[in-house]
Amino acid sequence: MSTATQAPAAPTRTYADYSAPLWKRLLLTRETAVIALTVAVFVYATLNVENFDGPLTVKFLLQDIAPILLIALPMTLIIITGEIDLSVASIMGLSSVLLGVFHDSGMSIPAAAALALLAGLACGALNGFLIAYVGLPSLAVTIGTLALFRGIAVGLLGTTAITQFTDTWADLATDTIGETRIPLVMIPFAVLAIAFTVLLHFSTFGRGVYEIGLNDEAAHFTGVDVARTKFILFVLSGVVSAFAGIYFTLRYGSARGDNATGYELQVIAAVLLGGVSIFGGRGRLHGVLAGVVLIGVISSALRLESVTVNVTNIIVGLLLVASVVLPSVLGWAGSRLPRKASADPAGPRPDKDAATAGV
Amino acid sequence: MKFQKRRTTALAALALTATFAFAGCGSDDGGNGGSSGSGSEGGDLSITMLPKNLGNPYFDTSTDGAEAAAEEIGAELEEVGPETASPDAQVSYINTVAQQGQDALILSANDPEALCDALEEARSADVKIVTFDADTNPECRDLFVNQATAEGIAAKQLELISEQIGGEGEIAILSAAANATNQNAWIEMMETELAENPDYANIELVDTVYGDDDDQKSFDQTEALLQNHPDLKGIISPTTVGIAAAARYLSDSEYKGKVALTGLGTPNQMREYVENGTVEAFALWNPGDLGALATYAAAALANGDISGEEGDTFEAGDLGEFEVDADGVVLLGEPFTFNADNIGDFDF
Repeated sequence: MSTATQAPAAPTRTYADYSAPLWKRLLLTRETAVIALTVAVFVYATLNVENFDGPLTVKFLLQDIAPILLIALPMTLIIITGEIDLSVASIMGLSSVLLGVFHDSGMSIPAAAALALLAGLACGALNGFLIAYVGLPSLAVTIGTLALFRGIAVGLLGTTAITQFTDTWADLATDTIGETRIPLVMIPFAVLAIAFTVLLHFSTFGRGVYEIGLNDEAAHFTGVDVARTKFILFVLSGVVSAFAGIYFTLRYGSARGDNATGYELQVIAAVLLGGVSIFGGRGRLHGVLAGVVLIGVISSALRLESVTVNVTNIIVGLLLVASVVLPSVLGWAGSRLPRKASADPAGPRPDKDAATAGV
Repeated sequence: MKFQKRRTTALAALALTATFAFAGCGSDDGGNGGSSGSGSEGGDLSITMLPKNLGNPYFDTSTDGAEAAAEEIGAELEEVGPETASPDAQVSYINTVAQQGQDALILSANDPEALCDALEEARSADVKIVTFDADTNPECRDLFVNQATAEGIAAKQLELISEQIGGEGEIAILSAAANATNQNAWIEMMETELAENPDYANIELVDTVYGDDDDQKSFDQTEALLQNHPDLKGIISPTTVGIAAAARYLSDSEYKGKVALTGLGTPNQMREYVENGTVEAFALWNPGDLGALATYAAAALANGDISGEEGDTFEAGDLGEFEVDADGVVLLGEPFTFNADNIGDFDF
């Protein structure tokens, strides 16, 4: 959105050139705010929450948020295009069940996992086809597939659970890298994170993603293949969700149809908290990753304090609402204040621009 | 002008979000300080109680019993738990116990297998694991406090239903979740017993349905059972949520007094239905005693009084002395039958 208001108002850039130095423009952003808040909460918890500085905290924290970190990557790109994918948790559940069912029928874990990933790809392709080529709204399509994929998952396994997984693979999901406290799953995550950063921030494909979010018609006319871009993003989302589902299954050692229920909201909450605009066109990956870590640190610290999960949900919910509402409220307040101070009729207009530009 | 505005907005946003987060942390800090302060401060032992889920009256009672026992032995006990009874939700809490380095964890397992890795990790952080109510695989815990033997429970419920329907007719089972460890073991034994015991030759088990320990779902399943099986004479619900929901349905329906209902329930939930004649008798152990016994066992383990070997004995306050059986199992006793004559004596 900021780019939307900046692009036509070329003078903004000239203002920026002399009104604020580069470091200020880099640091005083929504992403920096989230990162600073994450660091602050982490430091606060380390100093004040008993056992938070213990050796197991980082490991468990990263293991807990790993599926959300993974799915947040494609979800960020999808939300930047102005679409949404609500079916990610159901794809996780489905891949979890498929891994269990195939492994139970005698397949090795890698073979079963490959099939689960293929299923994720197919799920993503179905979403992508309906949204990009048929042109249906993503909200409606993915609410439908949320129910569809979850239904298939629960239908395949009933309410039973498959819990016999080969130890070597289950250990891979819970082990750490060498002697460090970093779980092994952070390696594939790091690879994917770099890949998605390059894709979004350093490629023409990524610039197309932003352009679609700002104005997909304009994007089309500047040569962006809107349908193909969206299709690829939903396929990526399906595959990454299936991978997260496999990790989830191996980590908890249980394949159930209701695995990861409700994760889609956690992912979307983290993405929005990380500064991505739900209307598309704005947001950066480092902010999103900080948003995921922030939620993880808060829940971990509160659990160590034996606070019930309801309170944790309330706090994360408040944080999310605050992060979405505050910029608008502050912008509105900001536009009111100078009107009182000076009755300059030209004053409010740029301020309002600033308000919608958001922070 | 414009940039200044944006900057102040950004700063204000940061400051306000930070306030929110810190307010959250701060308030929880205070809350926790209060709760541990009200518990037995200065106790040497720290014990965490992790039921299948919170807000379940059955586990509320067992926690009350555990807290009373903890107070008596001077241990500090806190209850944590997930909202929904799923194994992956319990894993985070087991991890937290390992992080906190608690002396013991008392746990009702949502899955016998899936929690093992997390429990293993907690044990390597020197946490003693006592399961109660629902066990994990024996190698994943130190002791299991068994409320009653599965044989005893299965036999008791069949005995009750057989008495109530006059020894013949169709019966059905309204269970908890389809992968609930306890219920499945009992159902299996009831099926075997029905098939093999000549006393039950005229009783036919026509259906088993699952209410997932959800009140509304159990209520709906009861309704469906009665519609699908017009000749149904009796329902066994081996779960406290299920039997209460079924009794609520029956007491307002035409089937009241015609379809017998028994199973495992708590006196407070069932009192109304026993008094109005919907339910004649039902069975249970005292979950308060169960929680207390688990706490005594956890304390004995953490103090090093016992190691969980077969033949170890420990004192459990008013409950008396208990001995560890094979596989690290401690048995609370026989299931107890509640009926109109004695239900007034109980309050849990």
